[in-house]
Amino acid sequence: MADHKQLTLWEEMQNKGYSRRDFLKFCAWMGAFIGVESTGVATVVRAMETKKRPAVIWLHLQECTCCSESFIRSSHPIVADIILDNISLDYTETLQAAAGHQAEAAMKKSMKDNWGEYILLVEGSVPTGDDGVYCCIGGQTAEARLKEAAEGAKAVIAWGNCASNGCVQAANPNPTTATPIHKIISGKPLIKVPGCPPIGEVMAGIIVHILAFGTIPQLDGQGRPMAFYGRRVHDTCYRRPNYDAGLFVEEFDDENAKKGYCLYKVGCRGPVTYNACAVTKWNGGTSFPIQAGHGCLGCSEANFWDHGPFYQHLASFPGFGIETTADTIGLGLGVGAAVGIAAHAVITNIRKKDEINEHIETSAVPDRDQEGD
Amino acid sequence: MRKKEIALFRVYVWERPVRIYHWLNALCILVLCVTGYLIGNPIVLQHGGNDASMLYFFGWIRFIHFAAAYVFLINFIVRIYWGFVGNQYSDWKNYFPYSKKHFQNMWDVLMVDILMIKKKDIETAGHNAVANFTYFLTFLAFLLSVVTGFGMYSAMSDNWFSSLFHWVIPFFGGDLILRMIHHVTMWFFVVFTIFHVYLVFYHDYVDGSGVLSSMAGGWKFVTKDKFLRKNQKKPEPAKK
Repeated sequence: MADHKQLTLWEEMQNKGYSRRDFLKFCAWMGAFIGVESTGVATVVRAMETKKRPAVIWLHLQECTCCSESFIRSSHPIVADIILDNISLDYTETLQAAAGHQAEAAMKKSMKDNWGEYILLVEGSVPTGDDGVYCCIGGQTAEARLKEAAEGAKAVIAWGNCASNGCVQAANPNPTTATPIHKIISGKPLIKVPGCPPIGEVMAGIIVHILAFGTIPQLDGQGRPMAFYGRRVHDTCYRRPNYDAGLFVEEFDDENAKKGYCLYKVGCRGPVTYNACAVTKWNGGTSFPIQAGHGCLGCSEANFWDHGPFYQHLASFPGFGIETTADTIGLGLGVGAAVGIAAHAVITNIRKKDEINEHIETSAVPDRDQEGD
Repeated sequence: MRKKEIALFRVYVWERPVRIYHWLNALCILVLCVTGYLIGNPIVLQHGGNDASMLYFFGWIRFIHFAAAYVFLINFIVRIYWGFVGNQYSDWKNYFPYSKKHFQNMWDVLMVDILMIKKKDIETAGHNAVANFTYFLTFLAFLLSVVTGFGMYSAMSDNWFSSLFHWVIPFFGGDLILRMIHHVTMWFFVVFTIFHVYLVFYHDYVDGSGVLSSMAGGWKFVTKDKFLRKNQKKPEPAKK
């Protein structure tokens, strides 16, 4: 927990013993990461030097905390140090020292002190079913808590697929009516950062962007930052040349898998998933699922749990059992049509016999005598 | 030797743009279905061996699919235009069942041609009402496959035209569901083609109006009564 002396981020870093050089390196790294041009790095530096730490409230609703786990494992050591310590994280269930009434009081105080200025980070979806009994914190339902906190927020960030799309708890049949937060709150700038979890550096980058520029980053049609969700995993995948060549893995232990061919046929969701995995990678740029030989599951896409099975290219067709794809049904319909028309053709020759014979009779057959003329 | 004599009139039903549209459309659908199926379920060229830099097989499949998609779309737009300037058989209004006559004709076709439980002469020079309505459904399927296809394409192209479809992915809620819908439209066309080809043969056989060749030359043959009733004007007898 940060104290409430309003220091700038640079001052905080000095207190922590970072050198000016470390500070500038961090700013340049973050600037490159959030996609500002090199001249824009000065803006990042100036912002870090002059701006006060923003107050941040981090709500944990119906979730598994993997977003927090990812965030605190951002590769750059300063990210966790600076972002977590230095943004004034006034309330977060998993990381705060306070508990019980003390924690509640801290949150209320922070909201009151920074009304209209704090950034609300939300991890998890909101179960609205049965009056919200499935997720209650501090005697409040998740929905009431979110609405109250969002009221005074300057901007809201939806961390992870739960807050953005509902994720696994919203998968069919969604027993708790888990709802993504954009359907609960309105009238606030909302940034969706989907992923299960999102990449830690992406999370840090978005916060730095807000700190540095005082605005939310450019968003795409679904409310995700363009800098990180503008391209499909497929478009930046190092296995892409194999896709274009037509070299595919068919089974996970076949020759082609050993050669590192494209995982398209074993269900890789890279072509339908917008994320920075193939560029930023995970765990400090170590690897990402496809590099490890496993297809993308599409964890940053809406309803990715319901488009399974994960290891087949086409999703199963709803209502026809788990292995039934559109192709099976289409082929069935095609065969049905063929059988149907065959039957119809046979019946035509029976039922329309008279009509066809009449046509034959009335057709203009040349008379024999005329033929001789 | 002839027992009865009937006069058949030659009617120019399908004008040249309609015929070109039809065959170009058929070709496009064939190409799109084959390449589309391969995109969804690619054949594996080899096991081990070649380096990716030596090949561009799947890239070509996709290129052909996208190119055919553009031809398909432009062809469709031309056909819609022709629905406003072409003859009465290609008029856009035919494709919407709106009058009692249309529904009566649909009922007759169901009884006479599909279920074959009634006998009645329901000769129509152009499409019958059921056919028209089916084509209306195919136009909807065209639209759906164009929108979903270009929606997916917009993610990988900076072309101004495909960027008109940027709204599609958020609208449907993701590429996965888009891919699914697009794939299902393929099967619609496959099933449609089976029925379509069969029914052309059926009508050619049962009605003897030359429907099978009509899409080549544009001519169909109707009896004098029908021709007069349909045209409400002086017929030009082409052939006795």
